[in-house]
Amino acid sequence: MELFADYTLRMVALGSAMLGIVSGVLGCFAVLRRQALLGDAMSHAALPGIVVAFMLTGQRDPLILMLGAAGSAWLAALLLMSVTRTTRVKEDSSLALILAVFFGTGLVLLSWLQQRPDAAQAGLRSFLFGQAAAMVARDVQVMVALGVPTLLVVALFWKQFKVLTFDPEYAASLGLPVRGLSVLLTSLIIVAIVLGLQTVGVVLMSAMLVAPAAAARQWTDRLGVMIVLAGCFGASAGVVGALISATARGLATGPTIVLCLGALTLVSFLFAPNRGLIWRATRKMQLQV
Amino acid sequence: MSSTMEVQLIAIVVAAACALPGVFLVLRRMAMMSDAISHTVLLGIVLGYFVTRDLASPLLFAGAVATGVLTVSLVEMLTRTNLIKEDAAIGLVFPVLFSIAVILISRYAGNVHLDTDAVLLGELAFAPFDRITWGWLDLPRALLIGSITLVLNLGLIVLLYKELKLATFDVGLAATLGFSPVLVHYGLMTVVSITAVGAFDAVGSILVVALMVAPPAAAYLLTDRLSRMLGLSVAIAVLSAVLGYWFARWFNVSIAGSMAMMTGVAFLVAFLFAPARGLVALGVRRSRQRWEFAQQMLTLHLLNHEGTAEADDECSRNHLSHHLRWQPRFAATVIRLAEQGGLIQCDGMRLMLTEQGRRLAQEASLR
Repeated sequence: MELFADYTLRMVALGSAMLGIVSGVLGCFAVLRRQALLGDAMSHAALPGIVVAFMLTGQRDPLILMLGAAGSAWLAALLLMSVTRTTRVKEDSSLALILAVFFGTGLVLLSWLQQRPDAAQAGLRSFLFGQAAAMVARDVQVMVALGVPTLLVVALFWKQFKVLTFDPEYAASLGLPVRGLSVLLTSLIIVAIVLGLQTVGVVLMSAMLVAPAAAARQWTDRLGVMIVLAGCFGASAGVVGALISATARGLATGPTIVLCLGALTLVSFLFAPNRGLIWRATRKMQLQV
Repeated sequence: MSSTMEVQLIAIVVAAACALPGVFLVLRRMAMMSDAISHTVLLGIVLGYFVTRDLASPLLFAGAVATGVLTVSLVEMLTRTNLIKEDAAIGLVFPVLFSIAVILISRYAGNVHLDTDAVLLGELAFAPFDRITWGWLDLPRALLIGSITLVLNLGLIVLLYKELKLATFDVGLAATLGFSPVLVHYGLMTVVSITAVGAFDAVGSILVVALMVAPPAAAYLLTDRLSRMLGLSVAIAVLSAVLGYWFARWFNVSIAGSMAMMTGVAFLVAFLFAPARGLVALGVRRSRQRWEFAQQMLTLHLLNHEGTAEADDECSRNHLSHHLRWQPRFAATVIRLAEQGGLIQCDGMRLMLTEQGRRLAQEASLR
């Protein structure tokens, strides 16, 4: 408990928990709608936005940087949709294309920024792999201010999102605005991505969306339970990973959290009742006998 | 050779080497695999380094290629268990493997020339300093590796052109003819891994993805022939690489980043202006079809009422808005176009079909 007495660690834990919950919840929708890689593309695409936001304002305020990140991730999502809808280039190609081009543009801007004499931009590089230890109260405030409304929106549109996820045709036949709801859900996923930029970094943020959902999926067949589980998984892996990284030397936060998530997912794949691999193997053996 | 020339030459060779297998990735809908592989090869390099303690050892190369293929088979294994779908499997496997590599580097290899920034960005500007001297030969390492990869890719595609084409466009037929889909898949993935490893040292993993996917995707919009798509991809990749290099020189920014940006610009140009499939061509075609269809409607309408009792009334200018639900301005434009095209004649308010217009209407009514 001495761990939590430390101010920095408390902030880190709080922020990562918030991030874990939000990305766990929204990751469920992404994974179930087979958009797991969308998160990867959009988190990479956030980089130019962060740099532009910093260049325009000259401030490192988390809200401004997050706005910039969300803006360019949004633009990327929009481009992605228009490329897949109007041309024969398939979704996987457009995802990879947008990911690499946006990220490359971000690197160009970043390297251009580094020529400037003001030293404040030094910290921008930590957005690649995340740096939880740098978190201060203001960051956590912004994360909570963005994360709680996001969760509320999910609760508000719970039924609609559920239908949209499992049976989009049925949703359309019910008269639901399917495109509008898709855009809303994508926007919420962007919020989740943006929240994680400082903690996990743009390169590995996608795992924060995919892993908790993939792990939670193994334990249940109900969306409600899955989302709660994914939120818990995300939060616990986030907190543990961030704390390890903040206390140990030379461990970037993003990779540490991803490894915690990976361990959690592996355990779920192996030991989850009914779906887990060990469970399956034992049942097969029983059947043989 | 000056170092400017050498850097450009490396960029050109690497771009061409990446674009070739990229064509098949794009056509086979596995483009995101390039992202996964180009990240995970780092793990192979790190592990290889721990074994050999030598960054120049060929074992590193072998290890990296092996991790690339391992990534693919892990993704397939996970997908086959039915626990998660393929996209989630990709999104799970490569961040984990990449994270292991990043942590290993920062914990145990921090003092070696292996840092995570370089992995993502590449250090093309420094590539000419890492040279290989072999008899009279004195070349940058990256150039040598890039050229070998290019020759290998080119050779494989030339040798196996028919087989690859068949396996890409008609998996079923290829399988019945005895080309194992698994073999083709893993063969291609091995080639992608080798290319990614060969390229990534010089240009970084993100540029590998950009060069593998963007030029073929742009070429895909420009042609319907595989052979032309291969040629165009290489041309676009090389052009983007050279333009990107000069852009980076001009503004003094990251070379790999600006090359990736230029591949995006190339795709954007194709996306907008491709002769048959570009957005502009699409828009022009749609609007032309709209007007042609409207003129056809007009001639059909006139033909219907030609010579009947209410012809005077039905065939007047003002009636169109009522009968065909056309806005007055739209109707006026259609009439003007039809008159210019020699389909109708105007006599004050009264519209009459010409011989040509009557023929068009009759043809249309027979369809």
